[in-house]
Amino acid sequence: MSAQPRLLEVRKNVLKQNDVLARSLRERFRAQGTFVVSLVSSPGAGKTAFLEKTLTLLRPNYRVAALVGDLATENDAVRLARSQAPVKQIVTGTICHLDAAMVDHALTGWDPGDLDFLFIENVGNLVCPSSYDLGESLRLVLLSVTEGEDKPLKYPTIFNSADVAVISKVDLAAAVDFDEPAMTANIQAVRPGMPHFLVSAKTGSGMQPYLAFLTARFAEFSRKQPV
Amino acid sequence: MHELSIAMSIVDMATEEAERRNAIIEAVHLELGPLSGVVADALEFSWQIACSGTPIEGARLIIQQVPLQVFCPACNAPKTLASMQWFYCPDCGGPTAEVLHGKELNIVALEIRDECPTAPAGSP
Repeated sequence: MSAQPRLLEVRKNVLKQNDVLARSLRERFRAQGTFVVSLVSSPGAGKTAFLEKTLTLLRPNYRVAALVGDLATENDAVRLARSQAPVKQIVTGTICHLDAAMVDHALTGWDPGDLDFLFIENVGNLVCPSSYDLGESLRLVLLSVTEGEDKPLKYPTIFNSADVAVISKVDLAAAVDFDEPAMTANIQAVRPGMPHFLVSAKTGSGMQPYLAFLTARFAEFSRKQPV
Repeated sequence: MHELSIAMSIVDMATEEAERRNAIIEAVHLELGPLSGVVADALEFSWQIACSGTPIEGARLIIQQVPLQVFCPACNAPKTLASMQWFYCPDCGGPTAEVLHGKELNIVALEIRDECPTAPAGSP
């Protein structure tokens, strides 16, 4: 016969294991002076094209590399390799997001050399990645003009967890009657004060202001480096 | 849909606690914020599957939803928001970027029943 049930107060963060590992990754990146940018978007927003352009444009002046998460294929890594930056694929299988352990595991035994920037391309998904800290310094949410101006309102959690928004495929803006003020208002409604950039990875339009933002953040990060 | 892996983490944590205290877990109380990225319905749906075949099979999951609370710099006070789609102060209308509560995904309590020392687990 058993005793009566009683209520035992505990306080445990369910994602503690991930958060602890993410913190140690962040400390490691900081010690190495590597500024880590994670990219989240829905499938088809143009993450890989955008990342390829980013790597290509940064590479002459910065040491860059990328980790890419993909459900089943290595196509993204093949495309990104055209930038000539070191690229490693994380095939996640059926898992819909990257977590800190996958990043840690991917870094094991991979030596892209000393890096200024490491980009982590998450699996195309605007829901699940929001819960997982990857140890990044900056979380970038990418959405294309073709996805509708209300996307931030549909996925407030991921937008709220991001540090910067990039709106891609602006070369198609006129064709889809893209309403920039509406998009801006919706981004600000879910994440007041978040900067955003309009770019086209295809034509290169808008890439310069975005890269200037990124390199300014890197300079700020480097200044705060422990000596 | 990552709620199943979240549910499995909760089961693991509760099982560990049950073994450490030599107790039977009757219920797990979870605090869940709207910005946690976890949907309560999907988590409840995953719960039975995650529990099944584990030492805490049959335990209930009790979800307490945490309201979304932000800090309003203009009012210099915490405010509760009605929606995740409108981060503006309900009183002054100013932007409220700082989140105080709403990202919680915590086990806050366990309902446990101590196992009777004369009837160890597994005895008929």
